Amino acid sequence: MSPAEIHSLALEAALREEREPHADPEGVPEPSEVEVPRALRREIQRSMKRYPQKRSASIPALWAVQRRYGWCTPDGIRQAAAVMGVTPAYLESIASFYDLFHLEPTGDHQVLVCTNISCWLRGADELLGAFCEAAETGGPGHSSPDGKVYVRGFECLGACDIAPMVSIDERYYGPLEPADAADAVEQMRMRGEEVLPAKRLEDRGAAGGKRNPADDRITAHTMNKPKRPRPKSAARKKKS
Amino acid sequence: MAAETRILFRNIDEPGLASIRTYRRLGGYEAVKKAYQEMEPEQVLHELEESGLRGRGGAGFSMGKKASFLPRGDMDKYLCCNADESEPGAFKDRELMQKNPHQLIEGIIIAARAAGANRCFIFIRGEYDLQGDILDAAVEEAYGAGYLGTDVLGTGQQVKLVVHRGAGAYICGEETALLDSLEGKRGNPRLKPPFPAVQGLYGGPTLINNVETLSNAPHIISSGAEWFKSFGTEQSPGTKVVSVSGDVQRPGNYEVELGVPTKLLINDLAGGPPKGHKVKGFFPGGSSSPVLTGDEGMKLPYSFEAMQEAGSMLGSGSIIVFDETTSVVDLALRTARFYHHESCGKCTPCREGTNWTVKMLERLTRGEATPMDIEVIASVQENIIGHCLCVLGDSMAMPIGAMVKKYRSEFDDKLISQSYSAAAKAA
Ligand SMILES: Cc1cc2nc3c(=O)[nH]c(=O)nc-3n(C[C@H](O)[C@H](O)[C@H](O)COP(=O)(O)O)c2cc1C
Ligand code: SF4
Ligand code: FES
Repeated sequence: MSPAEIHSLALEAALREEREPHADPEGVPEPSEVEVPRALRREIQRSMKRYPQKRSASIPALWAVQRRYGWCTPDGIRQAAAVMGVTPAYLESIASFYDLFHLEPTGDHQVLVCTNISCWLRGADELLGAFCEAAETGGPGHSSPDGKVYVRGFECLGACDIAPMVSIDERYYGPLEPADAADAVEQMRMRGEEVLPAKRLEDRGAAGGKRNPADDRITAHTMNKPKRPRPKSAARKKKS
Repeated sequence: MAAETRILFRNIDEPGLASIRTYRRLGGYEAVKKAYQEMEPEQVLHELEESGLRGRGGAGFSMGKKASFLPRGDMDKYLCCNADESEPGAFKDRELMQKNPHQLIEGIIIAARAAGANRCFIFIRGEYDLQGDILDAAVEEAYGAGYLGTDVLGTGQQVKLVVHRGAGAYICGEETALLDSLEGKRGNPRLKPPFPAVQGLYGGPTLINNVETLSNAPHIISSGAEWFKSFGTEQSPGTKVVSVSGDVQRPGNYEVELGVPTKLLINDLAGGPPKGHKVKGFFPGGSSSPVLTGDEGMKLPYSFEAMQEAGSMLGSGSIIVFDETTSVVDLALRTARFYHHESCGKCTPCREGTNWTVKMLERLTRGEATPMDIEVIASVQENIIGHCLCVLGDSMAMPIGAMVKKYRSEFDDKLISQSYSAAAKAA
């Protein structure tokens, strides 16, 4: 056999192995045997086209499944696997690695309460307790009895400036008082009601306020050349 | 007077800045034109190298130098913008992307010219859904305007850009884990070398830079390396968007020249701790950086070199302040739990070390620990450092080690014998 032949045989064997790991009860689903909703199929196919290798669409495909079914259902995973030409077990192992994918049903609304350092310093534990109580989840990691609101503690969400904060259905709110929890839960239960409109992150300005006069010597971008070089003497050149 | 020096944050709250129209009205995309129409790729690379811009994502490595490590020649080369921002205390990239997405996109297109990259990705953490939507819209606008596509500004260079959302895993911020995740795998770090510049995404040469690093590129290209170096210190040129949070009155992002007194950031800009309280200590560079006590840290200049000299690091540039009401033992536990939760489990010292540290600290907070346990906590940290595939393990070991060392008496006070004697005294 030529080296090229050996190579292609080895490649084939490797591919087979990848497709049929020993613990994998199911191979790549036969596309004709799996019914996939059209919109879902199209979305996954679009994702696959955006990358040089289709496997890169694993996370986008799982997002599509989760958005459609509320969580990564076994059927949904199987559908995505059929579209992508990978095994369901492969996608399941991806889904289980990432915190935002649910392999079990959760509530209609997702509340992630940040309990990391900056939020903890400002009362995150109390806030998490207040949300659990308001939604009657019986503790973090559970949903309310009516299945509407799911509450869990979460690691730093990247918004320590509004600590303590929560993410509700992928939008950020803060800083919150424990008393805000009851309002938020009530608003989530009412269809079409805005949640905590006064506490939305997106409406906040930069912490340092509007322009400050010191900006004026900054010449970047709008002007291609510095108007005046920065006087070295006035500089805060802090050679310690 | 306490003042910010805004370059990246200039116009930050200008209404409509996230749209290409407003961004261009304020001078945006001029730097891309310059880089593609007036400059050769080598010149762009040279300017970035000359500027001395250091990575803003944690390690502080020279951005231009890293770009120069990519091989020349015609092949698929990749650029990944690291927008995973999951280190506790960091939230600067969020504000930069949400309010000025085109500044980042322009920076990516410029860096792509310097590195010869034709396929670019923004890896944004899945939790940043709003920011992901904003970036999606901005990328589409940039394609529409001809800044992205198969023929950037008629130069024949191809630059494609895809916004890729993660799904919740701190470890994906580590650059090689990010690559695996982007390839559709579980986000596990890879063994280095080979370094991504040689063999990265899909096995091709790959440049990985942080959001803030790349957002600096348009300014360096339009105003020049010399201009850029007139800000900051010799070893830390430029400005830094610093996330200040925790026990301060005005938490938020402040852009300052590197090298300003740390006190200016904590007290003057962020308002210091609540009235009547004082700074007990702080993390100078996110939760992975060794804590500094208020006394030793407040007087230091805020620069890469000064923080390193003090035995800590500037990291991502995120200050978390805690006041005297904070129990450092509780703080240590909170910190350790995070790393334990996020450890990918590949290396034993990290997986077991983070697990043990949490267990010991829990025993300590329950008042069940013996003096030997504190020694064990300290030695576990030493045994993690330098023994793992990536630095996640170190990222726990360093701050916890510093807490035990600098606030030892608080740990001792929780010891079993101490609680016995306290109980005996009370009886
Ligand atoms: C556990 C871990 C998490 C990290 N998280 C991030 C992150 O969220 N964002 C980031 O830019 N860099 C992060 N880094 C650093 C990256 O590995 C890499 O150094 C950086 O993205 C390079 O960009 P820069 O040179 O522009 O800083 C992390 C590193 C480690 C070890
Ligand atoms: S150090 Fe920890 S997080 Fe990094 S690769 Fe090893 S086990 Fe995974
Ligand atoms: S600690 Fe809560 S958002 Fe960072």
